[in-house]
Amino acid sequence: MALHAARAAFGMIRETWLNAALLAAFLAVPLAAHALGEPFIVTLATKVAIFALAGVGLNLALGLGGLVSFGHAAFFGIGGYAAGILASHAVNSEPVATWPVLLEGSRQMLVIWPIAMAGGALAALVIGALSLRTSGVYFIMVTLAFAQMLYYFAISWPAYGGEDGLSFYTRNAFPGLDSFAPLQFFALCAILLAAALGVFAMLQNSRFGLALQAARQSRDRVVASGIRPYSVQLTAFVISGAICGLAGALYADLNRFVSPAMLSWHTSGEIMIFVILGGVGRLCGPLAGAALFILLEHLLGGVSEYWQVFLGLLLLAVVIFARGGLIGVLAGRSAHG
Amino acid sequence: MSGLLIAEQVLNGLQYGVMLFLMAAGLTLVFGVMGLINLAHGSLYMVGAFACAAVAAATGSFWLGLAAALAAAALAGAIVERVVIRRLYARDHLDQVLATFALILIFSEGTRWLFGSFPLYLSVPAALEGAVRLPGGIDYPLYRLAIIAIGLAVAAGLFWLIGGTRLGTRIRAGEADREMIAALGVDIDRLYTIVFALGAALAGLAGALVGTIQSVQVGMGEPVLILAFVVIVIGGIGSIRGALAGALLVGLTDTLGKVFLPVAFAAVMDPADANAVGSALASMLIYVLMAAVLVLRPRGLYGAA
Repeated sequence: MALHAARAAFGMIRETWLNAALLAAFLAVPLAAHALGEPFIVTLATKVAIFALAGVGLNLALGLGGLVSFGHAAFFGIGGYAAGILASHAVNSEPVATWPVLLEGSRQMLVIWPIAMAGGALAALVIGALSLRTSGVYFIMVTLAFAQMLYYFAISWPAYGGEDGLSFYTRNAFPGLDSFAPLQFFALCAILLAAALGVFAMLQNSRFGLALQAARQSRDRVVASGIRPYSVQLTAFVISGAICGLAGALYADLNRFVSPAMLSWHTSGEIMIFVILGGVGRLCGPLAGAALFILLEHLLGGVSEYWQVFLGLLLLAVVIFARGGLIGVLAGRSAHG
Repeated sequence: MSGLLIAEQVLNGLQYGVMLFLMAAGLTLVFGVMGLINLAHGSLYMVGAFACAAVAAATGSFWLGLAAALAAAALAGAIVERVVIRRLYARDHLDQVLATFALILIFSEGTRWLFGSFPLYLSVPAALEGAVRLPGGIDYPLYRLAIIAIGLAVAAGLFWLIGGTRLGTRIRAGEADREMIAALGVDIDRLYTIVFALGAALAGLAGALVGTIQSVQVGMGEPVLILAFVVIVIGGIGSIRGALAGALLVGLTDTLGKVFLPVAFAAVMDPADANAVGSALASMLIYVLMAAVLVLRPRGLYGAA
């Protein structure tokens, strides 16, 4: 027993060091790349930051809450479309909506972000309220189906480009920064990722987070202690949707383009891959997973056009042999049960 | 709107529903018996379509292609079950989702590597070309009628297989209590492989039949897979009867919605907008149906309470 506890404590210390090393590398690589005049690598690191942010969002629902959502592309895509729609209306100087309130388009990230987060949160509230009536495999299929519904809606709704997507030619603005400079945009994304990691760490050990984790481990006991799992899980799902919405807005800005592909089930699968490759329920799991994914895409993509075959084989190996993901392998099993 | 058009669209909806049933039946069987969520079911559908197109192109016979589709999908299913899926039965759904997602990547890119990115085309067999005149004066493509007939025949065969044969009894027993039937001397590993290969063959059949209506291409399986999920969520997971009811409901709702919603909106707004709004809403209709079923019956129409 004592040995077990000591081993778990050692694992936690090791995970803390690992997280620190990971974050240091995550900051050092783009800084070095910038110094060496390699803006492409800075952009890759920005992509990692954005994907990791979406992963942190999903990790809240999936890792802490055990809610296997296969529909987080919905929130990611809604955030992306919020950015794209606001920006395109600002360019044409037409209001987005005149009723019930006048909503003007905007090119300010500080305006776009809250709207993207609210959009993600609202969608998560509706989808979560319905999906959480089910559990297990139903939950997976239902979240997938709702995301797919939005995907088909985006394809068949012609106002914002339909299947072709929506381009906006310059990146949205942030006061005092040149958002088009790769390193400055990376800094923005990295700061938001750090904030989200902070929120995750705070929630994980809060009363709310403990209730959420308890609901995953034993729903009946949570009910017996007078907590309603439904509202705890729905709250987590909504926060998770808001974070993914923010990530989507940043991703749209990174590419200056949104398309229905952001809403597709493939995106949901990828966000899930970031979380699982890194380690489900681990603080820095999504960052490790997203970094590994981008690295693989970049390295294998250069070797073979069919790099996804290798990605598939690697994923299979992780699922079958290396449960706990990258951080699980390096830091040992944690107390995450 | 004429009665003829409505009747024709109802037949189209039936044909679509029957095809969805072939997909959903395998998924729901595998989930019911093994408790496994299989995202790669759409890949088996694609394997069936490609096998049919390749063999039909090589031999000139659609029927040989159809046989090849069944064999290739069943074989792929059996191999995948033996090598990968078997390790996942005891795992949670998250591991199953991820591993079968990985299988999709491997199947899709592998197929792209073998056949290239360009779609293949399958033509309707000569015996089923042309249209027949149905009572009431509708000219309807014979091939689509044949799909409806094949689908309903397969449904009847499945009900018989599950309800009236020794294998079906074992499958139902495996659903109820895996350890007990293993203790009674049934080779449960073999039973699981058979069930998985059977589901795969049904998916392959669906893929081959649809290959003549749509083009055969990589990624064709995923939209159908997601619709099959909607079908079994509506019907109740594990229930073949639910899969049939859900598939027909989804097929009819989707087909009729896409035709009639734009027309209905045109009555109240100008035609160009009506078309956009109508078709956008029609694409969401089956998901609204699913949400409604979930609110009323969270375990689906035929699901165990």
